[in-house]
Amino acid sequence: MIMQSIKRVIGSIEFGILSPQEIRKMSAVEVTVPDTYDDDGYPIEGGLMDKRLGVIDPGLRCETCGARYGECPGHFGHIELARPVIHVGFAKTIYRVLESTCRECGRIKLTDEEIEGYMKKFELIENRRKVREKLIKEIHKKAKERKVCPHCGAPQYELKFERPTIYWEIRGEEKHRMMPSEVRDRLERIPDKDLPLLGLDREKSRPEWMVLTVLPVPPVTVRPSITLESGIRAEDDLTHKLVDIIRINNRLKTNIEAGAPQLIIEDLWDLLQYHVTTYINNETSGVPAAKHKSGRPLKTLAQRLKGKEGRFRGNLSGKRVNFSARTVISPDPMISINEVGVPMDVAMELTVPEKVTEFNIEKLKKLILNGPEKYPGANYVIDPEGRRIRIMETNRETLVEMIDIGWTVERHLMDGDIVLFNRQPSLHRMSIMAHRVRVMPYKTFRLNLAVCPPYNADFDGDEMNLHVPQTEEAQAEARILMEVQNHIISPRYGGPIIGGIQDHISGGYLLTREGAYFTRLEVEQMLMFAGVEVEELPKPDKVENGIELWSGKTIFSLLLPKDLTIWYRNKLCEDPKECEAIEKLIEEKLIPSKEEIRKVATDGFVYIRNGKLLSGAIDKKAYGREDGKILDIIVREYGVERARQFLDQVTKLAIWVITHRGFTTAIDDEDLPQEAIERIREIIREAEQKVQRLIEAYENEELEPLPGKTLEETLESKIMAVLAESRDQAGEVASQYLGMNNHAVIMAKTGARGKILNITQMSALLGQQSIRGKRLYRGYRDRVLAHFKRRDLGARAKGFIINSYKSGLTPAEYFFHAMGGREGLVDTAVRTAQSGYMQRRLINALQDLKVDYDGTVRDPSGIIVQFKYGEDGIDPMRSWQGKTVDVDRIIVRTLLKLREKG
Amino acid sequence: MTAKKEFAIFDHELVPEHRVLSEEEKAELVKKYKIKLSQLPQIKADDPAVQALDAKPGDVIEIKRKSPTAGVYYYYRIVVGD
Ligand SMILES: [Mg+2]
Ligand SMILES: [Zn+2]
Ligand SMILES: [Zn+2]
Repeated sequence: MIMQSIKRVIGSIEFGILSPQEIRKMSAVEVTVPDTYDDDGYPIEGGLMDKRLGVIDPGLRCETCGARYGECPGHFGHIELARPVIHVGFAKTIYRVLESTCRECGRIKLTDEEIEGYMKKFELIENRRKVREKLIKEIHKKAKERKVCPHCGAPQYELKFERPTIYWEIRGEEKHRMMPSEVRDRLERIPDKDLPLLGLDREKSRPEWMVLTVLPVPPVTVRPSITLESGIRAEDDLTHKLVDIIRINNRLKTNIEAGAPQLIIEDLWDLLQYHVTTYINNETSGVPAAKHKSGRPLKTLAQRLKGKEGRFRGNLSGKRVNFSARTVISPDPMISINEVGVPMDVAMELTVPEKVTEFNIEKLKKLILNGPEKYPGANYVIDPEGRRIRIMETNRETLVEMIDIGWTVERHLMDGDIVLFNRQPSLHRMSIMAHRVRVMPYKTFRLNLAVCPPYNADFDGDEMNLHVPQTEEAQAEARILMEVQNHIISPRYGGPIIGGIQDHISGGYLLTREGAYFTRLEVEQMLMFAGVEVEELPKPDKVENGIELWSGKTIFSLLLPKDLTIWYRNKLCEDPKECEAIEKLIEEKLIPSKEEIRKVATDGFVYIRNGKLLSGAIDKKAYGREDGKILDIIVREYGVERARQFLDQVTKLAIWVITHRGFTTAIDDEDLPQEAIERIREIIREAEQKVQRLIEAYENEELEPLPGKTLEETLESKIMAVLAESRDQAGEVASQYLGMNNHAVIMAKTGARGKILNITQMSALLGQQSIRGKRLYRGYRDRVLAHFKRRDLGARAKGFIINSYKSGLTPAEYFFHAMGGREGLVDTAVRTAQSGYMQRRLINALQDLKVDYDGTVRDPSGIIVQFKYGEDGIDPMRSWQGKTVDVDRIIVRTLLKLREKG
Repeated sequence: MTAKKEFAIFDHELVPEHRVLSEEEKAELVKKYKIKLSQLPQIKADDPAVQALDAKPGDVIEIKRKSPTAGVYYYYRIVVGD
């Protein structure tokens, strides 16, 4: 028989307990021989490898379905147990059911009224699982308290459950052990009508089925034996366990038949129980695990399912896929943000199925002739019957002749193909985006630097995955929904998550700051480099010594949409007064003349009118991630494709400027003049004196405690305040001497990289080190290090570092710094662990919710969670920084249009 | 009831407005969202707001919540016994 692939839709899945009849019905053979193969390596009849259970040896035929190895799916067998045994998985349920029911008549120990009441409640709650479980618990609690059966009046005894499978009945002084057969008898007596109240079902889960009388034997295909290199057969752990079960079962049977003493029978019975228990779960608490000769615990049924590598998490949730690749990533600023550089080797291994049409047949024939070895080629062809044929040196010509409409060619990945690109941990939607392929030499995936933030990627050895969608539907879906430009705006905060980073920002600043002018040669080169097409350069902004010069602002404007108007205060605005002047001018006049603007123009305030940058320098607020205003506006008002173009061009332009102007930072960026160093020393000296005075005041008991604080806490917080202020002052002094010609300062101020604090720490002083927001205090008795006096409360004794990274730390300072640094490391480690766990929990809780067509958020059973998605029905990705619409901007835009028309 | 301090919860500014829907309104709600009553979010009968309104299991409560983005947002919860 040939394995047919029949496709059917699964309507529903029902879980229940197998009844003995069912087990026998589905069984192909009763297994009675505790052995596998005979000396010739042939399956023993009635043994665990009986040919009726399916075959795993090539050449043999299954005696149930007649198929060979690979085609026969395998068939169940069964073992008739000489005595019933408890199924460990149900041991607790059995205990609950026993406690809830009468030992004589089997009825649930509730009065008729109670039964009726609970039945009604069950009808009401339908399938709300939580409530149902609670109700069942409640019933159990009520029923087990009854000392007399409400139905037959029989007295009830207390039951004790001893893990894993022993039940005791406490009859006053006497403790009676209930053997599984007795347990089963009791469960059998429970009438069908009482089952719903116990959480059971007459069809799917009769309680006595929880005590096994027949054990199913899984098909051999589930537990195949493996042949080692030495030629010795090694059996599966399940088979080993089943051998044990059958052996003991047979011994038990003969002993019973021979009329052996009860003691011996019970011993064997317990042994059978042990083997069945460990067969089901070899990690049952209270049961020694069954072990291999080598001492390795056996992997039995529960172990196959449980845990990370188990069937569920390992094989069902974690599937492996074809048509995917993984390699190290590296940056390429020249490709577009929605492209990915794919190594040639990968492109020749991954294929796209392309249907043969009259339009592409010639192209595909060429690809087939190239074959798998030569790029661009093809690896397989699929004929109209669906047969895959590998293209080889030998069959190339024939295949080219045979190929026609209706065939499919699995051709190499080529430029422009759509692929999915992913980096773990895939924490949000932007962790998998669609890119277009650019086949390249070398062995790494290349990606544009602007997409590093959504993937959280860097190039210190990160690897990424690539998947090739194999159907037109999948490709179209990826193109429409998943391409990078569709994800520039993050649904998390309604602003751009993809944008310029680091040098893109510094470069933008160097290009557009006041006083930046470029010659014709430079302008032409940079526009060419950035891929900007201009028919004609605008008029030069000035001519000096006969040389035409264009301002960076003019060049930058060439990349902007022609009618873009926006103004905002950027990160460089330090003196609010300067920016207020221009802001007022714009808001009052709406369309001030160019001359008026030039008069008040400042780097700190950006004003773009009709696609012309009239004032302000470009910094992170222009097209950086998170707060790129210009980028944000372009996405919303000109569409994602225009935004992609803008981002591609502007980053390349910035890179040209920064590479040709030169941009570097080194230790001499932190050089301060002697004068500045002295001022900083003075600030530190003063701070230390202030601290000393505070300590004296404390010791003389002159210090006034702050509200809600002890005297010691007051002193600490005052000292902390003094020291923090001194660091700020020192930083202030340092930045006074380091201007916008200092590259470190440029990076900090424009938001390209780092903070002013980092520069302060490099050039002025490190300042107070802290653990949990407090000055350092742990270490030796009453002091942090042995180099200080006990109970020294002074600044330097408790972690205040007066040196900078540049001047170098003293050994004590170095140690303090390491103490403070440790906290940061621990925090990140703990935070990632905690947030990862929270992420898992949230995903598990929310993954099945969906927004319905009526705007409600519902779970799969239609229970409403929100009556309107997010309470306002707004898609955060299409919102304005989280708000529904920016009314101000709409008004201003309308006004502008009206004014311009006159 | 045990001795409890009298406390009018609806006077508190953080407690949103609660109201019991009439039978007609209930029917309308069920129609509007094409749901069974069991598909509504639940509120326990011993919830202080439910007790203050003296609502019974089966009643539907309308809660008028303030929302920073939507202004007001109406939420409906069905009272369930314990
Ligand atoms: Mg990395
Ligand atoms: Zn078969
Ligand atoms: Zn009874």
